[in-house]
Amino acid sequence: MIKITEKHIDVQKVIDTASSLGAGAVNVFVGTVRNNAHGKNVLWLEYEAYETMVVGEIRKIIDEASHRWPLLGWAISHRIGTLKPGEVSVVVAVSTPHRKDSFDACQFIINSLKEKAPIWKKEVFEDGEEWISARPEMEMKV
Amino acid sequence: MNTFRIKAFGITKDFLGGKETSLEIDGNTVGELRAALLERYPQLIGLRSLYIAVNSDYADENLILNGADEIALIPPVSGG
Repeated sequence: MIKITEKHIDVQKVIDTASSLGAGAVNVFVGTVRNNAHGKNVLWLEYEAYETMVVGEIRKIIDEASHRWPLLGWAISHRIGTLKPGEVSVVVAVSTPHRKDSFDACQFIINSLKEKAPIWKKEVFEDGEEWISARPEMEMKV
Repeated sequence: MNTFRIKAFGITKDFLGGKETSLEIDGNTVGELRAALLERYPQLIGLRSLYIAVNSDYADENLILNGADEIALIPPVSGG
């Protein structure tokens, strides 16, 4: 399951979807909205996704993870729209026969999603707003 | 001259003044489109990266565009 939704994420549903009777572990990453960034209070975040592309890009990440680890099940849900501090922005769940692979695969998937998925976040502060870049050290493409 | 419709995401929406815009260019490759975009919207030059996706795939600069293609500007991402 790869779900992009404006609604609050049902974390248990993501876990249940990823679960497998053959798995000894389900590993879950829950991304939450922080109430502070760059020393300032965050009022809310706005997330946007290129919906026709994002599912395909996440699927490529899952495919790579499936080649590297013995995934028995997986599920990802990412929220878009306006999110307040404390709310869940993303959930990644994977199940594998043994626990080490579940930690490694889950971390790989969320790290890759943050680097590659066509999703954008804008932080809104009392004194302004800012589109965030995931990798400030990235080279200039243009 | 060829006209292309371009979808803008993230900060590029702010630079282009909306989610979608049309651009007429003398050329038909992704590279030529990029050059025209940078000239028309110089704020794009300051971005750390600007990928162009065509029909939901990251495009090579030499790709030849046609008017029916879905073209999207992909500034630095920040999902998760």
